[in-house]
Amino acid sequence: MRDRGRIITGLAVFVAVALAPVWQAALHGAARRPDPKIVTTAKQCVEPTAAMRRDHMELLNAWRDTVVRRGQRTYVAADGKTVTMSLTGTCMKCHPNKKEFCDACHNYLAVSPYCWECHIEPKEKS
Amino acid sequence: MRVVWSFLLVVLLAAIAFFGAEAGGQALFGVVFPYVAMVVFLVGIAARVLSWARSTVPFRIPTTCGQQRSLPWIKPAPLDNPSTGRGAAARVLLEVLTFRSLFRNTRSELRPGGRFTFSPDKWLWAGALAFHYSFLVVFLRHYRFFAEPVPAVVGWIEGLDGFFQVGLPVVYLTDIVLVAALGFLLWRRLEDARLRYLSLHADYFPLALLLGIAVTGVLLRYFVRPDVVRVKELAIGLVGLHPAVPQGISPLVFAHIFLVTVLLAYFPFSKLVHMAGVFLSPTRNLANDNRMRRHVNPWNPAIVGHTYAEWEHEFHDKLKASGIPLDEE
Repeated sequence: MRDRGRIITGLAVFVAVALAPVWQAALHGAARRPDPKIVTTAKQCVEPTAAMRRDHMELLNAWRDTVVRRGQRTYVAADGKTVTMSLTGTCMKCHPNKKEFCDACHNYLAVSPYCWECHIEPKEKS
Repeated sequence: MRVVWSFLLVVLLAAIAFFGAEAGGQALFGVVFPYVAMVVFLVGIAARVLSWARSTVPFRIPTTCGQQRSLPWIKPAPLDNPSTGRGAAARVLLEVLTFRSLFRNTRSELRPGGRFTFSPDKWLWAGALAFHYSFLVVFLRHYRFFAEPVPAVVGWIEGLDGFFQVGLPVVYLTDIVLVAALGFLLWRRLEDARLRYLSLHADYFPLALLLGIAVTGVLLRYFVRPDVVRVKELAIGLVGLHPAVPQGISPLVFAHIFLVTVLLAYFPFSKLVHMAGVFLSPTRNLANDNRMRRHVNPWNPAIVGHTYAEWEHEFHDKLKASGIPLDEE
């Protein structure tokens, strides 16, 4: 009976919190679509672009395990060409722009890969 | 049989969304249904809560699970038998956060030789706690799809959840706990013949639905790996009220979204509405102060009093004639 005010307050708080993403979208305006900047002239990455977009984390994980645990550094790609398994030597040679390439999508999706807990981040002017 | 039908229904729903999206119904499953479900969810919950708020509570009916406050030298149980509003609030909060009433769950069994025993049974409590908290973490983690920029808290939760850094994408502990806890809660209903007899579609369907959501989610994260940038564009478009369906999203994403949509729309009409109801359980949220304060039933008619003095005054002459002594004199 006399709790009605409190119940309705609680309900209003719940609805307001449930719509939190709507308020945030209204405050921050339209979100930008991430646009990873590719600076290399090479036509293709280690594997085709679609596969890289989807599976790059799995590939890097496999590379780390093969290099660190088995000491092998040669990777044979699906199309037969061989590459040296190295983040700084191979990946970062074509993509030295971590801030504009890696971080573009990772920040957008709140992904924080732990590559840079062991590897040294490339020096870039921000 | 009930459990089979519930699971078949969930599989059917997922299949409808999967093939429907593949056949070009992305806007329907990605935009129209989610909006409708969200409205049904919010309006439905509000209607339920308001209907509860309208019902009268003439008397305090808390369950008294401990010593009530009485004489100063008798130790009261302020949480199990609260006598103040603050105590009742703490009781509700503990119920919401730690499920104390499930903690008191007992199991009764007829032992060989005709002995009937009661024993504490913490498994339901443990399973429920594991499910609810992992589901909460999974729910909060999904905020990364709905906000740009993503709040830092979400990142901390993700970091803690993927603490062991197993594989890439990192395995989340809550994903394992969620599926395991749901599996256990389902097995619990199936294993005991008495519980199986008591379980209805309304019990199995939410479990099946949540399992469907969890399994499609796990598939999406670890195996199918759709283009999450586009998935986030879809989600951001929804919450920004500029819905747009980017091309090339895996149909399994729509199956996942559709099962969540069904969950939202089903929520206010099912037992799941205990999410709101737990705060409004009169046996938990009322203070046991019946003997300290006078609670007047609000729909009682006004009582017209007639005191002895008034009565004596009314029959003054007759009392006098009979020789009965009067207070007045």
